[in-house]
Amino acid sequence: MKIEAKLMIILTVFFAAVTVSYWFVSYEHAGTTMLAFSGIFALVPGAYYWWWSRRMHPRPEDRNDATLSDGAGALGVFATDTIWPLVLAAGSTLIAVAFVFGVWLAIPGIGLCLLALVGVTAESRHRGLG
Amino acid sequence: MTLLVEQPTVPARTPPVHGQGPSGLVKWLTSTDHKVIGTSYMVTSLAMFVIGGIMALLMRTQLLSPSGGVLSLHQYNEMFTMHGSIMLLLFAGPFASGFLGNYFVPLQIGAPDMAFPRLNALSYWMYLGGSIVMLSGFLVAGGAADFGWVAYAPLSNATNSPGAGPDLWIVALILTGFSTVFTAVNIITTVFYLRAPGMTMFRLPIFTWNMVVTALLSLIAFPVLTAALVMLYCDRHFGTHIFEVQGGGVPVLWQHLFWFFGHPEVYILALPFFGVVTEIIPVFSRKPLFGYIGMVFATIAIAALSTGVWAHHMFTTGVVLLPFFSFMSYLIAVPTGIKFFNWIGSMWGGSISFKTPMLYCVGFLVTFLIGGLSGVMLASPPVDFAVHDTYFVIAHFHMVIMALVMAGIGGIYYWYPKMTGRLMRESIGKVSFVFFLVGAWTTFMPQFVLGLRGMPRREAIYSPTMGWTFLNRVSTVGSYLIAISVLLLVVNLWISWRYPIPSGDNPWDGHTLEWWTSSPPPPHNFTSLPRIRSQRPTWDANHADLAAAGIITTGVLGPSGIVGHGNNGNNGGHDPARSGSRTGLTGHQASSATGEGGSSNSLTTGTASLTEPSQSMSKGGMDPLSNRDLTGGESGGRPSDSYRRTSFNDGQPGLGGERT
Repeated sequence: MKIEAKLMIILTVFFAAVTVSYWFVSYEHAGTTMLAFSGIFALVPGAYYWWWSRRMHPRPEDRNDATLSDGAGALGVFATDTIWPLVLAAGSTLIAVAFVFGVWLAIPGIGLCLLALVGVTAESRHRGLG
Repeated sequence: MTLLVEQPTVPARTPPVHGQGPSGLVKWLTSTDHKVIGTSYMVTSLAMFVIGGIMALLMRTQLLSPSGGVLSLHQYNEMFTMHGSIMLLLFAGPFASGFLGNYFVPLQIGAPDMAFPRLNALSYWMYLGGSIVMLSGFLVAGGAADFGWVAYAPLSNATNSPGAGPDLWIVALILTGFSTVFTAVNIITTVFYLRAPGMTMFRLPIFTWNMVVTALLSLIAFPVLTAALVMLYCDRHFGTHIFEVQGGGVPVLWQHLFWFFGHPEVYILALPFFGVVTEIIPVFSRKPLFGYIGMVFATIAIAALSTGVWAHHMFTTGVVLLPFFSFMSYLIAVPTGIKFFNWIGSMWGGSISFKTPMLYCVGFLVTFLIGGLSGVMLASPPVDFAVHDTYFVIAHFHMVIMALVMAGIGGIYYWYPKMTGRLMRESIGKVSFVFFLVGAWTTFMPQFVLGLRGMPRREAIYSPTMGWTFLNRVSTVGSYLIAISVLLLVVNLWISWRYPIPSGDNPWDGHTLEWWTSSPPPPHNFTSLPRIRSQRPTWDANHADLAAAGIITTGVLGPSGIVGHGNNGNNGGHDPARSGSRTGLTGHQASSATGEGGSSNSLTTGTASLTEPSQSMSKGGMDPLSNRDLTGGESGGRPSDSYRRTSFNDGQPGLGGERT
């Protein structure tokens, strides 16, 4: 986890340096803002990973000498076949098109999105999926 | 000969695992398997490639003679706008991240799937929805968007570009932008949390590294585009004046926002294909990669620098700081040069096998060299002022993109056996490579000269007295050669699917983990894993004899004893662990069948066995907590703290065991 953290911290440092130097050579607002927020984007997960990496033992995937039995056990829960991503995307597309052709298209769009929300929740409960 | 089966065979009595439930259309509509979604991405993005390519052919045919005659001026504007939008945002990006990243990142790191399978499916369907919305612009009154793929303000406002077509373009890009962001989140989480034991970050295949960096870059760039598009929509319909001078807005702000997305976007397209090339060259040179660490840091450096160069597209606006952006643009040449050095170093002294994937990679190298070096020329403001908005710029970025497409086609040839268990036809592949290379150079090298002679871009007709006619004709002929090559690729895909030549699991003697599993991979990808002790675990396991004899190839000095050892045929048979996966056993059956198997250097623990009828994935069948205790005992002398460790083990997103 330390290397993942360092990757993000390196990006943060880079963006901090570029933001400061860009501001003082150009005094241009848009670019400076975008660079600064890119740095914050890297800082937030980087700080989280760093905080964790100091409080945990290296995972088997962090250790050069790990064997497969070190990583044995439940790895996670992976959703099975489901129709709801398709329904949610169809609803999103209708909502997007409503901005072009009229608000009425958003009604079925929002309906599909709500249906997908209910469907995926119920599916998770009934099948015991995460 | 044709021992192949259409699908990974799975006994019907095993509990349902995703990827093996429904079949046919329902499977395509409902699957959350990263391999099915990746294949959907491949088919859709290649369809977009063909559509965008037909638009390119129409434009080249228009330019065959100075007076045109094929397209009206308005249609020509629609064509170059939609050609650019489709090729960059609906073909190249989704092909790289959606297909290659989605399909091969989990396989390369030994993961059973992407971290968020349903988000992955949502990502694909939003991409498909966005693609349909964008193409539907051609069906509405007024036609599709016609302001260029960069949509500069004030040309893109409601006065200059009225109608539904531009609005459809805007909402389509917002949809595909969300899709790209979801895919990026998925890839980063997968690589950070689902690697196999021993697969440390500095053992990741370079392709996976590049996908991680690409995903980070997508997360930086795409939200800016989405925000800019929302602002543009508000300007068009809600009466805001963000980009309108009349209301106190700043038109050039659009260029800042667009290019802060647009330049990283170039590398979002390029880095995955750099990764593909970095996978293919060492395998077909029968050597390890030269300069692994250098490759990783060059990738990170390219990505980071690419966020600081956006205004080199805006030199001629007169409101950007020329020295800063010129210097940053030049800097990118350094890590790119490191990559070139390492690619050549990987080939140096190797026993190079010029199969079709390798040929396409060599084509990539020479073509990208031209495209990249002309980019270095354009980073110089005086040169840029002279050739801005001429065909020189078009030739520059098309040479870059053509190189990337060559790498992508090389990737198809390289990984098609893994996806299908079938080999593609070498003869057709080689012919299509020649057509592509000759076609790309014939199309775009004359455009450098056209640009230097002053031919502006985005013009449907030109004066016959300017001396541009002959070079335009050469360029048009070249574009037809590219079209023939793409047609041959489609034919090859069809023939190889319809009349299969079995490839075996590892036809190229590959290095990385995807060549360990069966072809095509079973649901959840692996029934066993080799011990991971280097950047090429599959090669280590398949060549345990060489490793035991102390023959290790590093750097450029490859001992000749190692070359020629590559087995080009079916080599999946010598390992009982993998033959178990090929017979279609999964779950408990596979773990019992392979539990005692494995070659001398592989440790087989029945990796993909199912512990529960629910869809949980477990490695081995052992008690996770007891093994974590073993892990904790070895880890750097930290005091054992069961509470902390337990809370960590149960608290990590995506890793936290089975839900209760």
